[in-house]
Amino acid sequence: MTMIFGIPLQAFLGQLLIGLINGSFYALLSLGLAVIFGLLRVINFAHGAQYMLGAFAAMLMLQYFGISYWFALIFAPIIVGLFGAFIERTMLSRLYNLDPLYGLLFTFGLALTIEGTFRYLYGSSGQPYAVPTQLAGGTNLGFMFLPIYRGWVVVVSLVACIGTWLLIEKTKLGSYLRAATENPVLVQAFGVNVPVLLTLTYGIGAGLAAFAGVLAAPIYQVSPLMGSNIIIVVFAVVVVGGMGSIMGAIVTGYMLGIAEGLTKVFYPEASNIVIFVIMAIVLLLRPAGLFGRDA
Amino acid sequence: MRKTILTSLAVFLASSAAFAQSASDGKVKIGILNDQSGVYADFGGKSSVEAAKMAVEDFGGKVLGVPVEIVDADHQNKPDIASNIARQWYDTQQVDAIMELTTSSVALAVQAIGKEKKKVNIVTGAATTDLTGKACSPYGFHWAYDTHALAVGTGGALVKQGGDSWFFLTADYAFGYSLEQQTSDFVKSSGGKVVGAVRHPLASTDFSSFLLQAQSSGAKVIGLANAGLDTSNAIKQAAEFGITAGGQNLAALLFTLAEVHGLGLEAAQGLTLTEGYYWNLDDKSREFAKKFFARTKKMPNMVHSGTYSAVTQYLKAIQKAGTDDTDAVSKALHEMPVDDFFARNGTVAKNGRMIHDMYLLQVKKPADSKEPWDYFNVLATIPGKEAYMDPAKSGCELVK
Repeated sequence: MTMIFGIPLQAFLGQLLIGLINGSFYALLSLGLAVIFGLLRVINFAHGAQYMLGAFAAMLMLQYFGISYWFALIFAPIIVGLFGAFIERTMLSRLYNLDPLYGLLFTFGLALTIEGTFRYLYGSSGQPYAVPTQLAGGTNLGFMFLPIYRGWVVVVSLVACIGTWLLIEKTKLGSYLRAATENPVLVQAFGVNVPVLLTLTYGIGAGLAAFAGVLAAPIYQVSPLMGSNIIIVVFAVVVVGGMGSIMGAIVTGYMLGIAEGLTKVFYPEASNIVIFVIMAIVLLLRPAGLFGRDA
Repeated sequence: MRKTILTSLAVFLASSAAFAQSASDGKVKIGILNDQSGVYADFGGKSSVEAAKMAVEDFGGKVLGVPVEIVDADHQNKPDIASNIARQWYDTQQVDAIMELTTSSVALAVQAIGKEKKKVNIVTGAATTDLTGKACSPYGFHWAYDTHALAVGTGGALVKQGGDSWFFLTADYAFGYSLEQQTSDFVKSSGGKVVGAVRHPLASTDFSSFLLQAQSSGAKVIGLANAGLDTSNAIKQAAEFGITAGGQNLAALLFTLAEVHGLGLEAAQGLTLTEGYYWNLDDKSREFAKKFFARTKKMPNMVHSGTYSAVTQYLKAIQKAGTDDTDAVSKALHEMPVDDFFARNGTVAKNGRMIHDMYLLQVKKPADSKEPWDYFNVLATIPGKEAYMDPAKSGCELVK
């Protein structure tokens, strides 16, 4: 049997694929963070809570209204996006003139409040959410058994990542957004409603987190803690990729997912710190991140 | 007016009674220290605090004429935070005993402090046998269950069903090691073998890498030497990767009613597990469970009911000793049999282990569950002497 670094090739390929799957979540979540930071300069600590809200929205919609996974995939991000827009409009927008630290503290407090509320209501063990029947089961790839749902996650998140990147880099709306970040006063002078654009951006970012949450619901327990478990890793991804760089967030998300997956084979005990070790090294060598522009 | 007079009279009587008693500071204070916000918050959490309060109320709110008070705190599964709280409680808040102590690393740290400061601690939430082994304390007690009982119960049942080769997914801290060790020993002594193990960080969300390693090991049984949300996620993902369908069995070594409720019967059905208590066992256990449910909107597991039992027994011990002096109370705790809705035929060994019967349970199929929280079939009662380690072999210096 072919061996790579002392483990069978088959196991190695399996772990690569698992890394790619987890990387999809990192990419999707760090994408939303990068969009919000890139355009609003807000370090959105509520991102994990918004991800959790997405999963809960899907579960509650199924439980109370019988709304299926497919509709939840559309509606949950919209609901959470609207909630995000509301938060931005009524509270967060008041902090733009202050030090960015205030935005960080505010969103951190918001995250704690939301998570605490859900923990109070639903406990920490969480609730189950079934894989949609159309995507149940799996196929044998020869080197591993791939659950169809996990394959779906990789494809969908890739599509969402590229779609968001295109929206911001290649469309007229995207160019407005980027211009509004560079020089809000000038863009406003051209008759563009900048505050609405910023609200929209935050809403989209929150919606992306919720989208990832719905995708995650059938895989993990839908639990109030699911956001705080992942958010720190995602922040590391954004830092490694370069704060605010959208492409950087996507590529780094997949890369670190794979790095973490491989660590789980070679030295499992280190799997929850490997990403931070990489972050430290990158920060030492390239303080602006792998894809960041030097400030 | 008459009511006011009666009230002031009652207060006066109470305070004069307090004067006459021998509880050191006019009050008996019990601290419940556990995880109230993390992966084990349903396993014990706030509901354990509620169970402790129920125990005090049912006891009449007083012992030796002085009021009994429950305080609680969240240790976030961090031994350093727990140690700080424990020291503060013992040094400045007049706390007489600390109980519950979910998470083995925390329990070991707090028991060491109790030993140093000569204070009672009763562990109901943590599992490691070290608490009554090399880290035992003359004032430390281990109440609800331990890794040895889980290994004998769940491990034993699976070995009997033909599960003679094991691969472990182990939580990377004291509890996980202890559980893996005890179960490995048990499997080996029954003629089975352990083909491998992988250690994962506490509070992992994705287990697929580890499960894949377990799958390719070809072991008949995958032993989950972890707890709480970690175990639930591992079980869910094992089904997803076709591991259970592929013929490998899962052994959820520490899994209780609370986690089964979170996971749902659909995913949990068929699992074998070991608990020191099941609410639907008989009239006595049901009576407590119904009262507990009315207050918390959930049914108790062995940690919640064990905490009630521990608090009650501690108060009885104070009453018997006629003082809250640590030596006298510990002596009484060691001597008194434990017989309540939680523990049947319970005795406390010299190393602090409360030895009582355990139950081997199997999660019902969704169709067989007749009412909410009707989750288990009782497969067997494991006599305390079989479930728990022989104190003489525990390595505790107190057992000569």
